[in-house]
Amino acid sequence: MKWLSDSKVSHLRAVVGNPDFSGTKYTFVKELARGGMGAVYLAEDTELNRQVAIKVLSTPEITEDLRRRMIREAQIIARLEHPGIVPVHDVGVLPDGRVFYAMKFVRGVRLDEYAANTTSTRERLRKFQAVCDAVAFAHAHGVIHRDLKPQNIMIGSFGEVLVLDWGVAKILRAEVSSEADTLMLPAAGTNKAGDTAHGTVIGTRQYMSPEQARGEIDQLDERSDIYSLGAVFYFLLTDQAPNDERPRTLNPKVTKPAEAICLKAMARDRASRYAGAGKMSADVSRLLDAEPVSAYRENAYEKVSRWVGKNRFLVLLVLAYLLMRIFFIFTSRS
Amino acid sequence: MSKPLIGVILGAVLGAIDGLTAWFTPAVRDQLAGIVFGSTVKGIIAGIAIGFFAKKFHSLPLGILFGLLVGAFLAFLIALMQGGYYFEIVLPGTLVGLIVGFATQKYGKSPSPASS
Repeated sequence: MKWLSDSKVSHLRAVVGNPDFSGTKYTFVKELARGGMGAVYLAEDTELNRQVAIKVLSTPEITEDLRRRMIREAQIIARLEHPGIVPVHDVGVLPDGRVFYAMKFVRGVRLDEYAANTTSTRERLRKFQAVCDAVAFAHAHGVIHRDLKPQNIMIGSFGEVLVLDWGVAKILRAEVSSEADTLMLPAAGTNKAGDTAHGTVIGTRQYMSPEQARGEIDQLDERSDIYSLGAVFYFLLTDQAPNDERPRTLNPKVTKPAEAICLKAMARDRASRYAGAGKMSADVSRLLDAEPVSAYRENAYEKVSRWVGKNRFLVLLVLAYLLMRIFFIFTSRS
Repeated sequence: MSKPLIGVILGAVLGAIDGLTAWFTPAVRDQLAGIVFGSTVKGIIAGIAIGFFAKKFHSLPLGILFGLLVGAFLAFLIALMQGGYYFEIVLPGTLVGLIVGFATQKYGKSPSPASS
């Protein structure tokens, strides 16, 4: 009897868990990430000769209803054609009956990794604006993400921003879905539940809205994503996941208007949050342009300080002119 | 606000301030009104020229240089008419031109590109 070596056994153990892509146009390359409900694999599209990321559901029981919903929802997400939303190229069923999605394979770093290497708040906030724009687009098409967090945002090698993992997205409006529904795609690297009944918590605790944390699935709307955007904003300002501290306590360099934007987005009362991601993006844009933001009412001193800060060179020139004038006044007297 | 208008307003205000400072020179205090008027007109002319330059050329260094030259030239003409005070007139006039040159490049509406 011939015995297998330890390395061969461990190799067999590894490959036995890999998905079987036979009968599809994809060939397995490697596993990229694994989560509670599924895994993401790097695969080669043999027809187009390009690499794609494939998500495969790995729940023990796959009902026909779940399969049907996943395919339908994938079709809806595929319709979200926006430069900030990772495109779904293909959807199909593996020989073992599991549904898979083929998506663009994004080369780059996650937002948390990007933030670790980018100290400039301006640069961070510009990326954040791009996230807001992508989320606003999805909202306009009746889709909410429900799991926005730095780990689900990728910065591509050319600086492009992509919102990933629409695995727990929710379809809100009949415009794109015949019924208000929940999308349950296999998620990677996140702790998600496998059910979306009322009372079930889906998402990532630190970045989810209070209503989402309470499992009030039917209460979730765009403002729930706004809360998560505020939490991502909090992370970009402080380098920490949201907690009970105000951003300025953790990072004294955070300006009051920046903190106000963050706190408005993360208001416990949904009605107090921004009405849309576009409105939040506009406020961040105003913040970057040193203009007054809607979330913060500044006093006269702050108005003047902001104007002086924005027009520093002009102020210096006028001061130089006035100093010169004073110099001439004194010299002409003497 | 258009760039030439910014130039005119800033040139007029700074020109008027420039003229008013003559009050501190007792020798010319009785001519203050004329000096303020002349200085304001000089500022307006400089502002128009610099403003139109900014409308035509979008370059901060060029705008500052042009403002500086226009301010110096007009101030020199005034000093020539005054027959003295070259340093006291030309230096502030040059700085006013520089400020207007900077401001017109940085602020004000640029003309939108012509549609085909």
